[in-house]
Amino acid sequence: MITPNEKLVRKRKRAEMRFRAYGILSLAAAGSVLLFLILTIVSSGYTAFFRATVELDVQLDASRMSLAEPYSQDVLMQGRYTSVARDALYAQFPDVTDRKIRRSLAKMLSVGGELAVRDYLLEYADRIGSTVTLELPLSSDFDQLYKGHLPRTGEHIRFSKQQLQWYDRLMAKGSIHYRFNSQFLFGGDSRYPELAGIGGAVAGSFYALLVCFLLAFPLGIAAATYLEEFAPDTRLTRVIEANINNLAAVPSVIFGLLGLAIFLNVFGLPRSTPLVGGMVLSLMTLPTIIIATRASIRSVSPGIRQAALGMGASPVQVVFHHVLPVAMPGTLTGTIIGLAQALGETAPLLMIGMVAFIANVPATPLDASAALPVQIFLWAESAERGFVEKTSAAIMVIMTFLILMNLLAVIIRSRTQTRVE
Amino acid sequence: MDTVMTAERIEVDDALVSYAADKSQVQESTSTSDIKMTAEGVNVYYDEKQALDDISIDIHNKQITALIGPSGCGKSTFLRCLNRMNDLVDICRITGRITMDGEDIYAPGVDVVTLRGQVGMVFQKPNPFPKSIFENIAYGPKIHGLAENNDELEEIVVKSLNKAGLFDEVKDRLQAPATGLSGGQQQRLCIARAIAINPEVLLMDEPCSALDPIASARIEDLMWELKENYTIIIVTHSMQQASRVSQQTGFFHMGVLAEVGSTEQIFQNPVDTRTRDYITGRFG
Repeated sequence: MITPNEKLVRKRKRAEMRFRAYGILSLAAAGSVLLFLILTIVSSGYTAFFRATVELDVQLDASRMSLAEPYSQDVLMQGRYTSVARDALYAQFPDVTDRKIRRSLAKMLSVGGELAVRDYLLEYADRIGSTVTLELPLSSDFDQLYKGHLPRTGEHIRFSKQQLQWYDRLMAKGSIHYRFNSQFLFGGDSRYPELAGIGGAVAGSFYALLVCFLLAFPLGIAAATYLEEFAPDTRLTRVIEANINNLAAVPSVIFGLLGLAIFLNVFGLPRSTPLVGGMVLSLMTLPTIIIATRASIRSVSPGIRQAALGMGASPVQVVFHHVLPVAMPGTLTGTIIGLAQALGETAPLLMIGMVAFIANVPATPLDASAALPVQIFLWAESAERGFVEKTSAAIMVIMTFLILMNLLAVIIRSRTQTRVE
Repeated sequence: MDTVMTAERIEVDDALVSYAADKSQVQESTSTSDIKMTAEGVNVYYDEKQALDDISIDIHNKQITALIGPSGCGKSTFLRCLNRMNDLVDICRITGRITMDGEDIYAPGVDVVTLRGQVGMVFQKPNPFPKSIFENIAYGPKIHGLAENNDELEEIVVKSLNKAGLFDEVKDRLQAPATGLSGGQQQRLCIARAIAINPEVLLMDEPCSALDPIASARIEDLMWELKENYTIIIVTHSMQQASRVSQQTGFFHMGVLAEVGSTEQIFQNPVDTRTRDYITGRFG
C-alpha cells in the first residue's frame, strides 16, 4: 500500500499553483496590452465623431451667391457661397475692416462653410433673400484648438494673437458649438481634415467584400467538396491540396501583384475599383474558405454518410443532402473569418490602385473607391493635426466591423451547435 | 410461406404482424425457390490482404440468417458485399459471384442506388441523420420517389414507425430532432428508416452491440415481426442472440466460412471443430 508522501504531495500542489499563476499572468498581460491599445485608440479617436461649428447669421443674397431664377438643383449646385459665409463671419467683427486682416479672419471658417450654405439652400430654396442663422464648421486648426489638441502658446503655434482673440470672443458669445459630425460617418474623403469622411471607404470595403464573398464562397465550397468527396487520390490531387495550404501562407502583397498583372493589365478591368479589389481579396480568402470547408466536411460523422448511402442515396445526394448541411456552420465560420481578414488587408489593394485619393462615395463596385484599411494608411500619412483623430476613428470603425463579423461567426457556431446536439 | 413470392412488396396489416410473432420458430422450407441471395466463391481483398476466402452461402427468403464469429473474421465485410457498400472503399476488390433472385448484383448494368434500395442496412452504431424524426424516415421514400404527395409520405412514415414499434413513443414529437432519442429508440428509428423504402433484404451489422439488454430485446422482438416480410441477415457477436432470433447460422473464422447450417444444428451439433470450440466458449 502506498502511504502519502507529504513532501511529494506538497511539491506537486505547488507546481500546479505555479502553473496556474503563469497562465493567469500571461492572460493578464495580453489583456492589459489589448485594453491599452483600445483605450489609446478610442481616447484619441472619439473626438473625430464631433466637430466645432460657429453659429452665424447668413444673408442669403441671390446676386452675392451668383444665383439666378429659377432656383433649380442645377443652378444651386453652381452657386458661389464663399462670400456669404465669410460676410456672416465679418459681420461678427465690424471693427475688422482691413482686407489683409480679414483674410486671416476668414481662415477660421472651413471651406465646408460654403457647402453648409449650399446644402441648406438645396433644401430651402425659398429662403433666398432672407437672413438665416446657420452653423458653419470651423477650420481644422480651430476645431483642433477647441478639442484641445493644439496649444495656444508655444513654439510651433499655428494661430496669430488676433485669431485667438476672435476665437475667444466667439466663445464668450456662446456662438461656438460642439456637434455630432455625421459627415465623418457618411461623407467621402477630403483634403481638409474637418471635412474628411469614412463613408466612401466603408462603402468601398463593403463592395469589395461583397464581390469577394460572391466569388470566394461558391468557388471555395465547390473546390473543397470536390477535393474532399470526389477527387481520386492521385499525385495531382495531392499536389493541388498541398498548394492550397501553401496559398494561405502567401504574403498578401503577392496576390495584389497578381491582380495588377492579370485583372488590370490582361483583362483591362477598371483600376482602383472595389470590383478588382474584391477579386484580389477573393484570391486571398479562397484558401481560407477551402481549408475551413474541408475540415468541417471531414468532421461530418461517417455514420451519416454510411446511413445515407445505405438508404440508396447517390454520392452527390449524400453530399448535398447530408454532408454540406452539417458542414455549413464550420464553412460559414471559416468564410466570415476569411472575410474579416480580407477587410483588414491593405497591401493587395495598394497594388491595384485603391490607394488613390477619392472624394466620392462609390455608388457601385465599378466606381473608383478607397477601402477602410487603405484610408487609415492614407490618413496616417497626412501631416495635418486634424487627421490624427481621423486615423484613430477610422481604426475604431474598422475594429467595430471586425468585432461584429467575429461575433456573427460565434453566433452561427453556437446556434448550430445547440441545434445539432 | 410456401407460396412463391413475387417481386411485389406486400403490405402487411398489424394483425398479420402479431400473428407472425406467435408463429413457431422453425421454418422447414429450403427449396431453391426460397433462396433470396446466393454467394458463390466470394473473395475480398484489401490491397494485398485477403479478407474473405471463397465464401459460398445461400440466404433463405424471409428467414433470419445470423453470421457469427470472432472479431475481424470477415463477417461484417461479407455483409457489406451484399449491398455493395464495399464499393466505397477504394482499396477493396471483390471476386466471385453474388446473386439476388438469380441476378448478379455485381453485373455491369446493375444500378447500385437501386440495389441499396432493395437491400437495406442497419448499422452497428445508431446513425440517425441530424434532422427531425419525420425527415429521417421520409428521406428514403423521397429520393426513391415512393410518395406522390405529402399525405402519402406521411402515411409511409407512420407505417414505418409502427412497424418498428416506435410510433407510440414519438408520435407527439415527429418534428423533434432524431438525435434527442435514446440509443435504443435511435436504432429502431434506423430500422424504421431502412424499411420505409420497402427493401426485400435487411442487413443488420451488430445492431444491438451499442444497446442495453432491454433495448436489445425490443430489437430482437422487432426482427421476429419483420421476418414475415423481409429477408434478414444479422451479424452479431452474441451467440445467444444468434440462437434466439435466427433460423440459419453461418460461422466465420479468419476470413473463411467455417460452417453454415440451421441454427439448431450449429448450436447443438456443430460439425467443424472450430465452430464447436467457439460455441463452447473455448475462444473468441
